[in-house]
Amino acid sequence: MTIMMDTGNRIGAKAAVMAKPEVVAAYPITPQTTMVEAIAEYVARGEFKGEYICVESEHSAMSACIGASAAGSRTFTATSSHGLLLMHEMLHWAALARLPVVMCNINRVIGPGWNIWVDENDSISQRDTGWIQFYCSSNQEIFDTVIQAFKLAEHQKIVLPVMVNLNAFILSHTSMPAEIPEQQTVDDFVGKYVPHWKLDIDNPITFGNIIGPEHYYKVRRAMQEAQQNAKQLIPQIAKDWKKASGYFHGDLLEYYKCEGAEHILLSMGAIGAESKIAIDEMQKAGIKIGLARVRVIRPFPAEEIRKLGKQADLIIIDRNISIGSEGVLFNEAKAALYGESEAKATGFIAGLGGKDVTYKDIETMCRKAMNGSAKKQEWYGMED
Amino acid sequence: MKKFAVETSLSYPKKGAMGKTGSWRVFKPILDKKKCVKCLRCWIFCPEGSIHREKDDSVSIDYDFCKGCGICANECNVKAIIMEREEVKKK
Repeated sequence: MTIMMDTGNRIGAKAAVMAKPEVVAAYPITPQTTMVEAIAEYVARGEFKGEYICVESEHSAMSACIGASAAGSRTFTATSSHGLLLMHEMLHWAALARLPVVMCNINRVIGPGWNIWVDENDSISQRDTGWIQFYCSSNQEIFDTVIQAFKLAEHQKIVLPVMVNLNAFILSHTSMPAEIPEQQTVDDFVGKYVPHWKLDIDNPITFGNIIGPEHYYKVRRAMQEAQQNAKQLIPQIAKDWKKASGYFHGDLLEYYKCEGAEHILLSMGAIGAESKIAIDEMQKAGIKIGLARVRVIRPFPAEEIRKLGKQADLIIIDRNISIGSEGVLFNEAKAALYGESEAKATGFIAGLGGKDVTYKDIETMCRKAMNGSAKKQEWYGMED
Repeated sequence: MKKFAVETSLSYPKKGAMGKTGSWRVFKPILDKKKCVKCLRCWIFCPEGSIHREKDDSVSIDYDFCKGCGICANECNVKAIIMEREEVKKK
């Protein structure tokens, strides 16, 4: 074990290289660039033995990963914001083809209004593509989640692509220490990739051929079942990784001081980490409030949120908005509660466009929700 | 033939996996065996494998699966294949 003091991007790259993908295909985009540059450095030093394909766009990056994965290779890529959006068609493709591609996405604002700071609209807008989606809150969690992502994606009950999201700059470009286990630990944990289907000239099949409604229907249902399976496997794999490495960041959610809480805050990503400080402050003031940081939004942890709704009222912070509707976590948490719980849910839109969200802001939002002065969902910190 | 457990759009080799696609045809290739010089261009170019090659290199057309694309007629240097509109059967 060694300590690596580095940025989220470089620690993510380290994890990807240690998982030994046979093919990495990537196209640089701010703020993901330093992640793929780091992988290129591993290639230059001869420490990464796989194929590294420099492609001409993100659409091609995902297409190359799909081709490599269909040929039976473990694959990895990374992108951000507009790059992720350019992949959109191929994201559906990878998931429908049941190819366990692993990708890091650095959450960045979508233009116009050219802006490279953090918000989560990029990956949130891809939530219906069939990819499993994690959101990290520290560099250690990025390392551990990338390793777990390979194990999960390639599991026979899953066979779906997995996206590991990390917030632009707050994580991607901020140095924090992370414990890096021995290569042998990662090898033993992830194992050798055994494809669940592949293109093989000795066993020829046609892939992506025409299929009628009755078959297509089954393909969609099988994806849904795989996502449901992930609800059991994500906690299992997180527990197994804890045994192997000592690190645990929660499973579908990370619960922080939820015992006896009458109010529970739901948040994601870096705001989730900042929320812990806000919870400490409010608990010191005698308020019964806890935090449930949502690590996984697909599959959506509806049962867990329902359980929280039986215990407490919910306060939900979204660093995203589905325009014309609501913040997506707020919207889906309420859907989970429907008919099962009388819990009150109050939502906040915060931190869009990279606007800073400090623990003090989080505390202000929570207090507003708890004293009933907040609207059902409001825009926090809007300066007119 | 090894089958995979994953449910996605995988098709295993067999004759006519999509049914008798010859029903899609609008134009039908008609082969004049007297003109045919056994050059096998039609056999090479047919995208559907619907031209059958015999041991003596003579050819025949499998109308169960020929979709009537006309590539064989286009490629035939001696005009041994012509395309005719499929007749609609009168009641």
